[in-house]
Amino acid sequence: MANVITDETIEYVGILAKLELSDEEREQAKTDMGRMLDYIDKLAELDTTGIEPMSHVFPVQNVFREDVVTNGDESEKTLKNAPGEKDNMFMVPKTFD
Amino acid sequence: MAKQYETVIGLEVHVELATKTKIFCGCSTAFGGAPNTHTCPVCTGMPGSLPVLNKQVLQYAVAVGLATNCTITQYCKFDRKNYFYPDNPQNYQISQLYLPICRNGHVEIETSEGKKSVGIHEIHMEEDAGKLIHDEWEDCSLVDYNRSGVPLIEIVSEPDMRSAEEVIAYLEKLRMLIQYLGASDCKLNEGSMRADVNLSVREVGADAFGTRTEMKNLNSFRAITHAIEGERERQIELLESGQQVTQETRRWDDAKEYSYAMRSKEDAQDYRYFPDPDLTPVYISDEWLQEIRGSQPEFREEKMARYKKEYDIPDYDIGIITDSKHLADLFEETVAICGQPKKVSNWLMGETLRLLKEKNMDPGEICFSPEHLAKLIGLVDSKAVNSTVAKEVFEVMFAEDIDPESYVEEKGLKTVHDEGALRKTVEEVIAANPQSVEDYHNGKEKAIGFLVGQTMKAMKGKAEPGMVNKVLKELL
Amino acid sequence: MDILSYSAVELSAAVKEGKVTAVEAMEAVLSRIDERESDINAYVTIDREQALKAAAAVQEKIEKGELTGPLAGVPVAVKDNLCTEGMRTTCSSKILENFVPTYSAEAVLNLEKAGAVMVGKTNMDEFAMGSTTETSAYGVTRNPWNTDHVPGGSSGGSAAAVAAGECFFALGSDTGGSIRQPASFCGVVGLKPTYGTVSRYGLVAYGSSLDQIGPLTKNVADCAAVLETIASYDRKDSTSINRKKEKKDTDFTTALVEDVKGMKIGIPKDYLGEGLDSEVKNAVLAAAELLAAKGAVVEEFDLSLVAYAIPTYYTIAAAEASSNLERFDGIKYGYRTEKFEGLHDLYKKTRSEGFGAEVKRRIMLGSFVLSSGYYDAYYLKALKVKAMIKKAFDDAFAKYDLILGPVAPTTAPKLGDSLQDPLKMYLGDIYTIAVNLAGLPAISLPCGTDSKGLPIGLQLIADSFQEKKLIQAAYTYEQNKTKCVE
Repeated sequence: MANVITDETIEYVGILAKLELSDEEREQAKTDMGRMLDYIDKLAELDTTGIEPMSHVFPVQNVFREDVVTNGDESEKTLKNAPGEKDNMFMVPKTFD
Repeated sequence: MAKQYETVIGLEVHVELATKTKIFCGCSTAFGGAPNTHTCPVCTGMPGSLPVLNKQVLQYAVAVGLATNCTITQYCKFDRKNYFYPDNPQNYQISQLYLPICRNGHVEIETSEGKKSVGIHEIHMEEDAGKLIHDEWEDCSLVDYNRSGVPLIEIVSEPDMRSAEEVIAYLEKLRMLIQYLGASDCKLNEGSMRADVNLSVREVGADAFGTRTEMKNLNSFRAITHAIEGERERQIELLESGQQVTQETRRWDDAKEYSYAMRSKEDAQDYRYFPDPDLTPVYISDEWLQEIRGSQPEFREEKMARYKKEYDIPDYDIGIITDSKHLADLFEETVAICGQPKKVSNWLMGETLRLLKEKNMDPGEICFSPEHLAKLIGLVDSKAVNSTVAKEVFEVMFAEDIDPESYVEEKGLKTVHDEGALRKTVEEVIAANPQSVEDYHNGKEKAIGFLVGQTMKAMKGKAEPGMVNKVLKELL
Repeated sequence: MDILSYSAVELSAAVKEGKVTAVEAMEAVLSRIDERESDINAYVTIDREQALKAAAAVQEKIEKGELTGPLAGVPVAVKDNLCTEGMRTTCSSKILENFVPTYSAEAVLNLEKAGAVMVGKTNMDEFAMGSTTETSAYGVTRNPWNTDHVPGGSSGGSAAAVAAGECFFALGSDTGGSIRQPASFCGVVGLKPTYGTVSRYGLVAYGSSLDQIGPLTKNVADCAAVLETIASYDRKDSTSINRKKEKKDTDFTTALVEDVKGMKIGIPKDYLGEGLDSEVKNAVLAAAELLAAKGAVVEEFDLSLVAYAIPTYYTIAAAEASSNLERFDGIKYGYRTEKFEGLHDLYKKTRSEGFGAEVKRRIMLGSFVLSSGYYDAYYLKALKVKAMIKKAFDDAFAKYDLILGPVAPTTAPKLGDSLQDPLKMYLGDIYTIAVNLAGLPAISLPCGTDSKGLPIGLQLIADSFQEKKLIQAAYTYEQNKTKCVE
C-alpha cells in the first residue's frame, strides 16, 4: 500500500518541474510525497465507474471574444519587469548552438 | 538481392490562421511589428492574466475540418501542454489533446501514380510561440512575443504517404483548401504553414511500422523533398548495418542539407496535459455547424466545373487559374466588369504568370485591382493603345496598381489615329532612308519592315501598325 | 467616537456626513499600523504617501458628490496575490520580490471605482499555499488576539489587519478555506463567494478551478457591501458568470434582514466527529441553537464523502498549481538567480532559490500526479470524485437552505506547531475544502472564544448563487449573538 518514492522519481519530477533539490530536501520530498500519495490513494476506495470527470463546476460554455484588435503597443509594460533586456526583447541564455 | 524498403510518412502540419487578433487576447497578429509591440499581459504570461477564446479561430478550424471531411467534435475543450522554453511565456502551451476539434477526415490527392486518399487523424487548435533570435554580439538569445498567441491549427495526418511526391501533393491540397477558405495564406517560407515529417521505413510487404523519427524546420517543398530522401537513406543504412532507428526529433539544416537529433537530458517529453481550468468548454450546436457548412466557399473542383460551363476558355487555363483562389477571384471579378473571359484569361495566363515567375511571387501577392485590368482590356479593345504599349502599361500596373486610363493619358501613350500626322512622319522616314526605299522598289519586301519600325520609333510606339503599313505602301 | 471603531459602512457614512474625512481615516489606520505592525506583520508592502494622496483625492470626490457608495473613503488592505498597478505584488514569495504589475486585478479596480482607498498589500502563505501565513518569505504574521498564535491562512495578513484595526476591511482569496479559516482564527467575518462571482482577472492563480476572491470584514453588513462592490461579470475571465443576466442577483445588502423563520439548516454529522475540539464544537452548536430559537429548522444529517474532500482537493490544487507556477522562471519578471550556466540551469536555480519548501512540495506533487502513467489514477480520479462531492451537496441542498458547521477543528494554533507535519496541516482544512470543490459560497463568522481567549468561527454554506441566504442567516445570528452576550 505504501508508496515508496525512489531517487529516480524525484529526479524525474525535478526535471519536469525545473526544481533542483539539495540532498536533505530530496529525502524530505521522498517522505512527503510518499505520505501524500498514500493519503490520496484513499480515493481508490470509491467506485467512480461511469462518472464524468468534472473539470468545471458549472456548465458554462462558449465564452468567446470577437476578432477585434483591442490592444495597442504595450511593449514598455511587457518589458517593465524583465530581469534581462536588450533591444526591446527579453534576454535569455543561448537556446541553440 | 538487396532488400526493398517502403517509406511510411505521416505529417503534422501547423497552419497560422488569418485572424486579425491572437487566439486568447486582443493583440494584433500583423507581421513585422517592432519586437514585443503586439503583446499584452495575456500573451506574455503575466501573473493573473487569463485567456478568452477568439471565436473566429473556432470557426476557421471547423471550416478546415469540414473541407477535409472530418467529424467535428461538437463538445470540445482546451488542454495545457506543459514544457519549459523561453518562447513559451507561460511555460505551458494551450492546445487540445483529449477532445480535438476535428477527427477522422481525409483528402484526395493525385500524383503520377494516380489518385489516393490521405487520412487525417485529427485537427486541433493551439497557440503559437514567440520568436527566439540569436544575439550575434553577446552569448545569449532574445525573445520577441509578437507571435506568441497567434492562432494555429495542427493537422495531423495518418501515416498514409509513401513518397515525397505524395507529401508535396498532400501539402498542395491542404494549402489549396485552406486558401480557398481564406483561413490562412499558407506560406511555407514565411512560416504560416509548417510541416513536421514523421518518417519510418519497413521492408516491402511488412505489416508493422518501423520506428519513426520526426523532422522539424522544413521551410520549403524543396527542403521537405530533400529531408525525406535523406532520412529514408539514413534509416535504411542503419537497418542494413544491423542498427536500430531511434525514435527522436531531428532538426533539418537546409543549408547543409542534413538533419541532426535534438536531444537534451533536461527534457523528459512528458507534457502533463490536463484540461485548462481557465477556459470553458466549447459546444458547437447542430445549427451552428450547419451555418458554418452553409458558408463554405466553392472549392476548386466545383469551380472548375462551373468555369467549363460558364466561360469559353481552354481547360488548361481553367486548371491554372483555379489553382489559386486569388487568381480565380481576380479572374471572376474582372470578367464581371468587362465581360470578356478569354481576354482576361489571356492576361492572367500570359503576362501575369510571367511576371509572378520573374519576380518569384505568389498569386496572393498580386496587387492590381480587377477594375484596372478591365480598363486596360478596354483600352486595347478601343484601339486606344496597341498591344506593345498595353504590355508596358501592364508591367507598371502589376508593380504599383496604377489606373491604366489616367496613366496612358498622363504619359501620352495613346495611339495616334490622326492620319495626317502619320503621313507627315512617314514622309520624313522615306526621305531619311533612300536605300531602304530603293531596296523596296527593287522587290525586297523585307525592306518595308525596317521602314515600319523606323516609323513606330519616330512615333514613340503610339501608332497602329496596320495603319503605318497602309500609309507606307501608299507613299512608296 | 474613535475612528477605528467604525465599521467600513459606518465610516463611509460618517465621511459623507462630514464627521470625519477620508484622510483622517487613513491617518488613523496608519498610526494604528505604527503601533501594532512590528508585532503583527500583517503587511508586506505599505505606501503611506500614496495612501494619503489617494485618500485626499477620494475625499474631494465625495465632497463633490461624485462618490456616493457605501465604501467611499474607506481604507482597504489587499492580499498580496492580487495585482495592483504600480505597487509591488509578491504573493509573499521571493520569486516575485521585485514584481510591479502593470495592471490591477478587476476586483481591485471595482473597489477603486467605489472610492475605497488602498493602504497596502497583506502578507499570506507563499502563493496561498498554507493555513498559517508562516510560509511567507516576508516573515510570519501573528494573531492580533494573541501574538504567540498564527492568524490562520493563507489570507492571514488580511484577517489580522482587519482584526487589529490596521484597515477597515480587506480582500482575500480562498482556494480551500484561505478566507474563512483566518477569519475564524482572527474573529472577523470572511466570505468565499460562488465560483465565478468575482473576476479572477489579476489574481495570481494557485488552483484556478477553486480560487475565488472575497471580503474579510468587521461584520456581516460590511461583508455584504464589499461583496456587492467586487462582484462583477468580467469578459476577461472566461469562468466569470453573468449573474444579473441569469437572475442570480448580486444585491447582497438587501439580504441584511433579521429573519431565519422556517429556514432549513443541516449540520453534517461528520463535521462534529473525531478531531473537532470540544470548545469549538460547543460554540458551533450553541450558534445552531440560537438560529433554531429564532425559528430556523436545524437538524443533523449525513453529508457523504466528507473524508474524500482533502485528497481530492490536494490532487487537483497541486496539479493546477504545478502548471500555474511554471511561468515563474526568471525570464519575464521577478527573481532571477545570480549565476547560471545555460537555460536549464537558469530555470532550476531561479525556481529552487525563489520558491519556499511548501510551494516546492506542492509543485512536485502536482507534476507527479499529471505525469505520464499517473494522470488517470490520480488526476482524473480526483476529477471524478469532485463530481461525486458536488452531487452530495446538490442532494443536501435539495433538503436544506444552509449547511452549518465549524470552520476549523481548533482555534488558532501556536506559531511553529503546524509546519512540522504538512499532512496534519492539510487535515485542518477538512470543513472548508469541499466548498471550493463544489464551487459553493460560504461564510465564516465569529461565534465566541475558547478558554485561551481565541476566537471560534461558525461556518454557513449555501447552494450556488445563494449568498443572500448566507448573509441573511449570518446577519440574524450576529444581531442576536450580541444581544445574548449582553
